[in-house]
Amino acid sequence: MISVTRRYRFSAAHALRRDDWSEDRNWAVYGKCANAAGHGHDYALEVTVAGALDPRSGRVVDPVVLDRLVGEHVLDVFADRMLNDAPTFGALVPTAENIARAAHGLLEGPVSEATDAELRRVRVRETANNTFDYGELR
Amino acid sequence: MADSVRITRAIEFSSSLRLARRDLTEEENRALFGRRAGKHGHNYRLEVSLVGEPDPETGMVVDLKDVKDLLEREVMDRFDHRDLNDDTDFFEKRPPTPENVAAVLWDLLDAAFPGGVLDRVRLFAGADHWVDVERGADS
Repeated sequence: MISVTRRYRFSAAHALRRDDWSEDRNWAVYGKCANAAGHGHDYALEVTVAGALDPRSGRVVDPVVLDRLVGEHVLDVFADRMLNDAPTFGALVPTAENIARAAHGLLEGPVSEATDAELRRVRVRETANNTFDYGELR
Repeated sequence: MADSVRITRAIEFSSSLRLARRDLTEEENRALFGRRAGKHGHNYRLEVSLVGEPDPETGMVVDLKDVKDLLEREVMDRFDHRDLNDDTDFFEKRPPTPENVAAVLWDLLDAAFPGGVLDRVRLFAGADHWVDVERGADS
């Protein structure tokens, strides 16, 4: 089994809060992350794909193609903005868990269509100490 | 193996390479591999994971000194400060993409370690790109 992972970086703001909850409840659930004005992180996004080795190129995936897909479908959507306002999230709170799920959802189809590989896992590293994985977890 | 432990040892080596196939023209290689068809280099980081039950007497899966010596012999002596295309025989028929280098390292190490101990080879080509070869149903 062979898989390839590439790491990307983006910075974004978010606030962990729900409009249908009171201020007190938002702070009780999300603590300082509920600050209505927001806060931000430098995220790392690790994208893992797996598939057969193409005998012609010796690659599972062309990194140039993967970079383009991640750029168009994820980084252009998430980078340098307030994630709560991104249409991807709508009413969904942009926790790192939901960012990982959203990135996986945005990439799965394009990776299948544009490459011979399949998306296996997305890892979001929100700070040096916190990472969130979605997809195959082994 | 309920009492198995996985241990990982990392080494780093630096090599030059061209992503080029000998059966293609320079133009075809450029089309296939872009700038990396020309000579360039990487700091590779190799993480070798071994799985086994610790020996009841020593408490160790393997002696890390033996692992270090084996990696020195199998990997460092062959690849560190060498050219992957010109100084080794592994990439005459396939280009030294990270995938192919990782596959070569898997084969070398799986043959050198006691049977079935090797669990995963993770090869970083630079800090932000890596390849995992894992023991699976097909390996």
